[in-house]
Amino acid sequence: MTSSLRYKSRIPIKTDESIEEKQYVGFATLPNQVHRKSVKKGFDFTLMVAGESGMGKSTLVNSLFLTDLYKDRKLLNAEERINQTVEIIKHTVDIEEKGVKLKLTIVDTPGFGDAVNNNQCWKPITDYIDQQFEQYFRDESGLNRKNIQDNRVHCCLYFIPPFGHGLRPVDVEFMRALHEKVNVVPLIAKADCLTPNEIKKLKDRIREEIEKFGIKVYQFPECDSDEDEEFKQMDKELKECTPFAVIGSNTVVEARGQRVRGRLYPWGIVEVENQSHCDFVKLRNMLIRSHMHDLKDVTCDVHYENYRAQCIQEMTSKLAQDNRMESPIPILPLSTPDAETEKLIKMKDEELKRMQEMLNKMQQQMHEKDQ
Amino acid sequence: MATTEIDIFANEEKRSLELAGHVGFDSLPDQLVSKAVSQGFCFNILCVGETGIGKSTLINTLFNTTFESDEASHYLQDVHLRPKTYDLQESNVNLKLTIVDTVGFGDQINKDESYKPIVDYIDTQFENFLQEEMKIKRSLHNYHDSRIHICLYFIAPTGHSLKSLDLVTMKKLDSKVNIIPVIAKADTISKSELHKFKIKIMSELVSNGVQIYQFPTEDEAVTEINSTMNAHLPFAVIGSVEQVKVGNKMVRARLYPWGSVQVENESHCDFVKLREMLLRVNIEDLREQTHARHYELYRRCKLEEMGFKDTDPDSQPFSLQQTYETKRKEFLVELQRKEEEMRQMFVNKVKETEAELKEKERELHERFEQLKRMHHDEKRNLEEKRRELEEEMNSFNRRKVAAETLMGQALQSCSQQPFKKDKDKKN
Repeated sequence: MTSSLRYKSRIPIKTDESIEEKQYVGFATLPNQVHRKSVKKGFDFTLMVAGESGMGKSTLVNSLFLTDLYKDRKLLNAEERINQTVEIIKHTVDIEEKGVKLKLTIVDTPGFGDAVNNNQCWKPITDYIDQQFEQYFRDESGLNRKNIQDNRVHCCLYFIPPFGHGLRPVDVEFMRALHEKVNVVPLIAKADCLTPNEIKKLKDRIREEIEKFGIKVYQFPECDSDEDEEFKQMDKELKECTPFAVIGSNTVVEARGQRVRGRLYPWGIVEVENQSHCDFVKLRNMLIRSHMHDLKDVTCDVHYENYRAQCIQEMTSKLAQDNRMESPIPILPLSTPDAETEKLIKMKDEELKRMQEMLNKMQQQMHEKDQ
Repeated sequence: MATTEIDIFANEEKRSLELAGHVGFDSLPDQLVSKAVSQGFCFNILCVGETGIGKSTLINTLFNTTFESDEASHYLQDVHLRPKTYDLQESNVNLKLTIVDTVGFGDQINKDESYKPIVDYIDTQFENFLQEEMKIKRSLHNYHDSRIHICLYFIAPTGHSLKSLDLVTMKKLDSKVNIIPVIAKADTISKSELHKFKIKIMSELVSNGVQIYQFPTEDEAVTEINSTMNAHLPFAVIGSVEQVKVGNKMVRARLYPWGSVQVENESHCDFVKLREMLLRVNIEDLREQTHARHYELYRRCKLEEMGFKDTDPDSQPFSLQQTYETKRKEFLVELQRKEEEMRQMFVNKVKETEAELKEKERELHERFEQLKRMHHDEKRNLEEKRRELEEEMNSFNRRKVAAETLMGQALQSCSQQPFKKDKDKKN
């Protein structure tokens, strides 16, 4: 809501018509035109969720987009999960709100961190992300670029279990493997098992460890100086709250006279959308209402460009290597002779010189003798 | 020994007699109890679970005191076991409590070997007891029994099912120790989810053949309560040492913005049930089971490994002493044989090396002769060449001299002619 309000205030209000009419060109309606066109085109967004089984990923996605994405899920037993490999499953839905269409793709990673030996369990995920980049790169370099399907992952929500004292080795390794390929947003899952003090301690701990291990999580862009105070305040609060401690719920309960999404316990009701209970509202605002486009931009401008540059560099270095190995000799200039032949040449030269000198001497002698 | 005694008595009739008055041996249990109390009791708990799942907090809550422990890090390379012993006293009963904590469990990326340190620790405690039992001079009643009586396995409250690591570890432990699985941090699961979760866990344990500890239902006094409790496994527990004001009392609870979870409230969690079962009703049965079932199993496996058998091929019972003697003789014979073998091998090796060395010496000699001959030949060739060169030089010199003399003569003849002309002119 706030974003659209903000946007509307940008349109200049014609104060003094008589003076302004002469100077009014009319391109101030550009934002309007952009708005119209983008609504017509529709938006797309790809969100990846990663984390161990049982962290509440599916519940959170359902709560975020107020739908039921995972209707008939088959969960594996513990025995089957001992040697499980990570799969990548995509769910695509089309949702619409006030005429704005959104094609939402959720990329699920079942099996991550569930096996007994989790070495390189993030490899299928990084391979998938690279594949999407590669496909986009190929499409972009192709001849017909009208209908490029953008399947690149715009954001990855990583669920950190709240049962520990901070990040675990598998969390660190995963985020480090992905932080240069996708926007990583860490979340503290199932936050209803932590008291407010414990949440604060855990958040500080996690922020410390993220810095210590050099993990580059998604950073909110700085506010422009001409934003209004309310927005700046909101932005500051958002930044101080990371990583978000979230709770999700598939059920609706009755609390304080209203029907809200929440979890019913014998000792109270946890409301998902209550800001004092958890950071779900902040996450939703950030992800959907204010920073969705920024996530897409960072993916296009930073992560994809990095991938593209790397790809091109690899290709050119490979070409150069191939060139050196297979060049035919007469066409190219003489390659530098190696040390041994040079030595031989030198030796032969010297010998020749010596022989020449001797010959000269002998000739002189003969000459003298003749005379 | 026991078997032979029963054989003797089987032929006699056992008669039960009526007592004419009060004899007084009904005080036997009391005598036993007072002796046990004066000796003091010993109880060892092993807590297995991920780092941060609430093991230390639960133990603190169970015993209503704060045992010191540092928070463990997530980045340990291996699983370690940290035993700590405390002396507690309640009324006039002394309890020597040992709490063994698993540090680093579940943190590594590769958890294939995580169960090993735990199994090794349990086996070591059994081994120590076995050694003490088999000593010649032993003092079992003074021995500090460190065998684990109960393993509390902490399951993470994911709400779906057991983790693969949990299943693998419990399978390895179920034949060595009494396991009671508990669901930790249960304040994150709602009632309906909890019900489904418990059913799923128990069905997974049963289908994989994991034997967890069942509370005994033979003793009439406790059969009813135990059988109801068996149906509530695994217990969903919450731990807290903080006091929170609820109503007008201070109780142990966790305070949330949406309410407070009371530890001792039976409708909030199963903590009270766990305490009841663990400490108030079945503690003695746990010790007995450890000794009679798990320890005996270990002892049997160990002794069978060493080659002891209870009955020989003729089904006559073996005495330990006989077996021991035969084993010793066998061992000595084996030792002698091995020594002989080694000596033979040594002698053979020496002979071989000697032969090799001789061969090498001979070769070396031959080569030396060969080289000498070559050297000689070369020298001769060189001499010849020198002589030839000298001859050439000599002939060249001679030719030079001849040429010079010729030139000298030619010059002389040339110079004489102008002389002649001069002479003519003068004349």
